[in-house]
Amino acid sequence: MPQAFAATRRRLLALAERRLPALTRLKRAESLPVRLGRRRIYVLPTRFGLGFAVLLLVMLLGALNYGNNPALMLTCLLGAMAGASLFIGFRDLSGLTLTQVRVDEMHAGQPSLLRLRFDPGGRSRASLRLRLDDWEDSFALPGDAPHDIEVPCIPPTRGWNSCGRLRVWSQYPLGLFNLWSWIHPDTQFLVFPALEENPPPLPAGNGFFGERTRQGDSEELAGLRDYRSHDPRRLIAWKASLRHDRLLVRETEPRAGEALTLDYATLRGLDHEARIRRLTSWVLAAEAARASYTLRLPDTTLGPALGDAQRRACLRTLALLPPAGAGR
Amino acid sequence: MKTPLSPSTFSVLAVTTAATIATHLAHLPPWLTPALAVLIVLRVAWRRRHPGAVPGALRLPLAALLMAAIIGEYGNVLGRDPGSAFGCGLLALKLLEAETPRDARVTLGFCAFVLMSALLFEQGLPFTLMVCGVLLLQVAAFNRLEPAPLPSPRPLRQSLMLAGRLLLLALPLAFASFVLIPRLGTPLWGAPGGGGGARTGLSESMAPGQFTDLMLDDSPAFRVTFDGPPPAPDAQYFRTLVLGDFDGTTWTRTPTGRRSTTPPRLQAGQIFDYRITIEPTEQRWLPALDTPIQAPDGAVLAGDETLIATRPLLQAREYRVRSRVGAHSDTTLPAWQRERFLALPDAIDPRARALAAQWRRQASSDADVVERALALFHANFTYTLTPPLLGRDSVDEFLFDTRSGFCEHYASAFVFLMRAAGIPARVVTGYQGGWWSNAGGYLLVRQSDAHAWAEIWRNGSGWQRVDPTAAVSPARIEHGAARVNDAPSWNQTDWLRSLRNHIDIINRWWTQGVIRFDALRQRALLTEFGLVHNQAGDLLLALSGTLALMLLLATLWALRDLRDRRGDALDRGWRDLQRRLIASGLPANPADGPHSMWQHLHAQDAALAGTLRPLVDEYARLRYASATPPDAQMQRWLNARRQWLSTHLRRRGIQQRLRRMQAWFATSRSFRGSS
Repeated sequence: MPQAFAATRRRLLALAERRLPALTRLKRAESLPVRLGRRRIYVLPTRFGLGFAVLLLVMLLGALNYGNNPALMLTCLLGAMAGASLFIGFRDLSGLTLTQVRVDEMHAGQPSLLRLRFDPGGRSRASLRLRLDDWEDSFALPGDAPHDIEVPCIPPTRGWNSCGRLRVWSQYPLGLFNLWSWIHPDTQFLVFPALEENPPPLPAGNGFFGERTRQGDSEELAGLRDYRSHDPRRLIAWKASLRHDRLLVRETEPRAGEALTLDYATLRGLDHEARIRRLTSWVLAAEAARASYTLRLPDTTLGPALGDAQRRACLRTLALLPPAGAGR
Repeated sequence: MKTPLSPSTFSVLAVTTAATIATHLAHLPPWLTPALAVLIVLRVAWRRRHPGAVPGALRLPLAALLMAAIIGEYGNVLGRDPGSAFGCGLLALKLLEAETPRDARVTLGFCAFVLMSALLFEQGLPFTLMVCGVLLLQVAAFNRLEPAPLPSPRPLRQSLMLAGRLLLLALPLAFASFVLIPRLGTPLWGAPGGGGGARTGLSESMAPGQFTDLMLDDSPAFRVTFDGPPPAPDAQYFRTLVLGDFDGTTWTRTPTGRRSTTPPRLQAGQIFDYRITIEPTEQRWLPALDTPIQAPDGAVLAGDETLIATRPLLQAREYRVRSRVGAHSDTTLPAWQRERFLALPDAIDPRARALAAQWRRQASSDADVVERALALFHANFTYTLTPPLLGRDSVDEFLFDTRSGFCEHYASAFVFLMRAAGIPARVVTGYQGGWWSNAGGYLLVRQSDAHAWAEIWRNGSGWQRVDPTAAVSPARIEHGAARVNDAPSWNQTDWLRSLRNHIDIINRWWTQGVIRFDALRQRALLTEFGLVHNQAGDLLLALSGTLALMLLLATLWALRDLRDRRGDALDRGWRDLQRRLIASGLPANPADGPHSMWQHLHAQDAALAGTLRPLVDEYARLRYASATPPDAQMQRWLNARRQWLSTHLRRRGIQQRLRRMQAWFATSRSFRGSS
């Protein structure tokens, strides 16, 4: 029986989609800005509103039965006020515009914030509520300026995500009517891959400049090379320079001129996604350590470099790597 | 939804509940009011320290106690009085368990119902206004249950202002439905039982001291509108009850049955046609000027020429009467009636009997006896509303010892003397005089105008009115009771009284226009507007029509677009142009500047874009050349825009619509094919 019901419902919805695209616009993602207008604001009485209607009916019958005109007037007044509250509530919602959806950098599975910018459109909004999946909060907007609403979210997967279908709703001002509208913005944002919990340290001994290497006084010299401008002065091998009559510099890096390499291929024993997670963690670790690095992936190699541009390029590429088994 | 109410919201809820219960104060049993007040205060104070509902182990016994106490007081929980007391008690108990917004809403809904039931007891304008004030508070309390997440919580003033705004918005619809909702000709179930509430007014009996309450009661009893000029003040006697039986202290009504419909004899006397609007009394007596000739609908003319309604006056009521002033209809007094109107209880008031017997011996005629009695009163009696108390031989004590009193004493003693002297006599109670409103053209008669006088039988000419009080204090008849009262109470100073009299025109309007707006008056009003058939169906039709019209207006108001009010005329014109382009299926992204928009347009429809080019160029020039373009140029641009829209875009719009319809037909055909 429930199956038959669900099937019927599905068929009806499909029919509605086909025949009444204007009414079911909520099903499709749409581009910003999205303005709530009369075609997309839905109204139904709340359960309390229905109870209130019954109460009004009882009051009406009582007043009529006793021929009590002041009581009848009170009932009419209350009823008309309840009706007028619908329009005030509608005005609270109508004309509201979602102008932007912005996100900070986010990693899959990590709590982060969606910033929804609402433009009240010249009218202050007294009491609105917003629901996204199972998160719900209420907000109010002063009339003059756009306002950001921060919605916490945990993106499930890496890659392009959209924020999903938002329900903006209100029971303002008396709680008798439920007014709602769906907004499904087509804005997509990139979610970086999840981070590995407790990743192993960076591949050993690579990519370190400067003082970090000084601890290794005893460390074997890999060789000497000619001085280049900007080489730190303390790396200059003064005795050797004297001997060779030109400035020489100690070379401490095992592979001269090469940065730390984060290689997808070397991470054997891990599955595709785990490798991506580890590489992501390493990219961040290398950035934190200010170590120049190269990211080597099956199809691309990024770097060596260090800094925001490199980090973003690496994370983006990692985020957009096709899932295992796909594309290859 | 499950979050508990904040302390401030709960306080508003508690205050609303208390205010609602306060509208019932006048008739709640005296033990209930303080109990409920204590309960509400305790609940608010307790909740501050210990959040959460009061446990059911405490609430249920309280509810049982309430029910037992109500049954103990009234013997019943049904009916108007016990029902309202029970409702108030339940409302206070509901507050004990109100914790969430949902509870609060239920409580407030119940509040609305209890508030309405208060109007079953009292319907005056001031009270109704007070009830409306509490209603606003309730609506504001509803509003406070909605989340208000601005940095600071929404102040109560804002909620009240919203309630006021809702009220203003609701007024037209409320008024229309009030006028158009069909009234019931007969109640669906029993009308409320009697007991308490309405002003009692005159009662079926008259005992010494009973009038004192009435005479201090300044509330209106009824209002009279005369078709012609009103009778002179000393002829404004409104007979209400005829009391013929005396047991020594109390005069009671003598049932005389329905008057046989013999045609009234032609007599001297003046005819008055008038309309009386009477406040509810829960009694059946209808006052009428002197001698009513015919009973109005819903009333009968009794044998003693008074009007008796077929049902108690639970509501204000209006009736038309024709009266003859100065003469009664009867010329003969049947023997049984004569005997009745001569009867006196045995063995009381010997001195009065002796005096009457002495007069009888000395006097030449009945008229002479009457003269002697009035002369006695006139000589050495005083009029006061605060007379000494009288004992068993009340008439004797009054006549020979205290010698001070007011109308009921004089009427009682006079009738006693007349009967003792062998003249059939009876006490008549009713109202005398009143306040003539020049502005409203009506006579306002208050409860304090209640009066008692006598009627004696004169062989040959019938019943005749004799007012012994007039012999003592002519001013009472000329100016009314309160003027002659030597100790004016605080609420009867002259200026206040006069103010109250002048304000009464509003009360009258309220009584006639609102309280008395029944099926009959509804019909009369609607006939004026051309609704001639005025069946309930027609009324409902008119109501639906009005409702639809108002909904339409409200919808237009709600949909009024805000976007278009931003910027100057040029901005609005440009936005309108973009909207129409979009409506015609052309690309016009509002985010684009004028020229990039035009390029997109050009890419899609070069011919159309070509015609639009001058308009776009001119707009860009006007918009970006100066902050405030000259009005004349702006106007020229707007005109050009309108012309372009009508010549180029309309045709396109029609084609577009046709194409859309074709597409729709196509999909529906394919859908039919697939299913």
